[in-house]
Amino acid sequence: MTTADTLQAFKRDGRIVVVGASLAGLRAAEGLRDEGFTGSLTMIGDEVGEPYDRPPLSKQVLTGWVPADGTKLPRRRDIDAEWLLGTPASGLDLATNHVRLADGRDIPFDRVLIATGVRARPWFVESEASLGGVFVVRTREHAEGLQRALAAGPSRVLVIGAGFTGSEIASICREREIPVTVAELAPAPLVGALGAMIGEVAADMQRAHGVDLRCGVKVTRLEGDLQGRFRRAHFDDGSTIDADVAVVALGGIRNTDWLRDSGLAAGPWGIACDTGCRALDLNGLVTDDIFVAGDVARCPNPVYEYRLISLEHWANAVEQAEVAAHNMVSAQADRWPHLAIPLFWSIQFGVNIKSVGVPTFADEVAVTQGSVSDHRFVAAYGYRGRVTAAVSFNNAKWLDHYQRLIETAAPFPPPCPTPDQPVDMKPMPVDFPGPTLLAQGATVVVTGHDPGERRVTAAQQHHR
Amino acid sequence: MRVVVDLSRCEGYAQCAFLAPEAFRMHGEEALMYDPNPDDARRDQVLRAAAACPVQAILVDRLEGPDSAVEATRS
Repeated sequence: MTTADTLQAFKRDGRIVVVGASLAGLRAAEGLRDEGFTGSLTMIGDEVGEPYDRPPLSKQVLTGWVPADGTKLPRRRDIDAEWLLGTPASGLDLATNHVRLADGRDIPFDRVLIATGVRARPWFVESEASLGGVFVVRTREHAEGLQRALAAGPSRVLVIGAGFTGSEIASICREREIPVTVAELAPAPLVGALGAMIGEVAADMQRAHGVDLRCGVKVTRLEGDLQGRFRRAHFDDGSTIDADVAVVALGGIRNTDWLRDSGLAAGPWGIACDTGCRALDLNGLVTDDIFVAGDVARCPNPVYEYRLISLEHWANAVEQAEVAAHNMVSAQADRWPHLAIPLFWSIQFGVNIKSVGVPTFADEVAVTQGSVSDHRFVAAYGYRGRVTAAVSFNNAKWLDHYQRLIETAAPFPPPCPTPDQPVDMKPMPVDFPGPTLLAQGATVVVTGHDPGERRVTAAQQHHR
Repeated sequence: MRVVVDLSRCEGYAQCAFLAPEAFRMHGEEALMYDPNPDDARRDQVLRAAAACPVQAILVDRLEGPDSAVEATRS
């Protein structure tokens, strides 16, 4: 048989297993059927029930508007799959092509897609994490529990961690007129993702909305009462705060533990793959039948010097799933590269915050349009004289423009495209906390809009 | 019915909030909050809102009702 015959036979009668039944897994399954795959499709997921959307959990669900079980994902089509839900995968055998489930079952496959995502990082002391009133927010059950606790009218909520999720939860507490304290180790909220300049804006927003924001402090202990309910938190500066709800918002842990002995390049940063979503093995060799998509994938991006980047972004999960599904049923010459420029959004304190590109891949930042004090502006990020990212506060209509600047390796700082030129457009150091290892390297140009057309061309690097 | 909005695509034109205000609400000037599970009685309204979105960010289910294959796995 020729390779083409083998591929046709696989598309007709092959066996595909998708590990992870959330956004990326579902969209990939729909994509596989769209691509004409008629073989057997098995969906494995550790949670029971249909795939659901997570972003509303920290927004519409916590405000009490939408019930926690009301975020099931719409289906683009019937996927005719066998669903194995409620049992996590516990291993992957590359020699015999089997996924091992935690209950001992072995599920055979010809090709597998790994989309196991991220789980919430729990509070580091187990006995304190299990106190009544201590929450994380990642699953439907988490959101339901926290929503009930907020509805009960707590005297105060403590949010530990002022990243996007923590800030959104603080915003909802204020919307519900619940006193809230936010504790953040960094000098300002969002600073790890967006840098010191935006961090300061975020801090102003929180304080203006009545958040008791404490930066540069570490929560050292959660204290419970005799009934095992959270009552008080201790900080490393010796101070304490009384509250009856604590939300631990310290980011996520990628679900790669089950792949420890698989021989794949899997670790705390995700599973390394190529831009075609094929997993790399421990030696860095590309595998043929193992694909990765979503939060758990760690994929090189040519625009960012081919650095391996993992993204916990909704749009990335959707786009990567589409590329993975296409490539799983395509011959080498027809495969697509996943070249999407990262897009992210967060809604907090009545402001729509969006970003395009990778803001941490920058050495300078400049406000390029609008007014920071009005919380309506765009800031562009630059690295060695080219635009690498942009962040907008209530100015989302302009992000497409900045995406084009990033894709065409446009010089930084870019000119203001509108009449609302800021008073001060002078670039300043981006100032991310901790060491940022930035190296010299390639600059590329990305062309094409649809996944099937997107390609990279090597370009001259801009020097200043 | 089930709805999801690709908020990375949404640019806050608010057409949906105008056409189906029970399902789509503006939060501040530009941010959209929506009900991912609006009442079936509002289906026409929600479909009109999805069609009117200038950036086509609203996805409505094509599959009616719960997925029986998934429901069968619940014990």
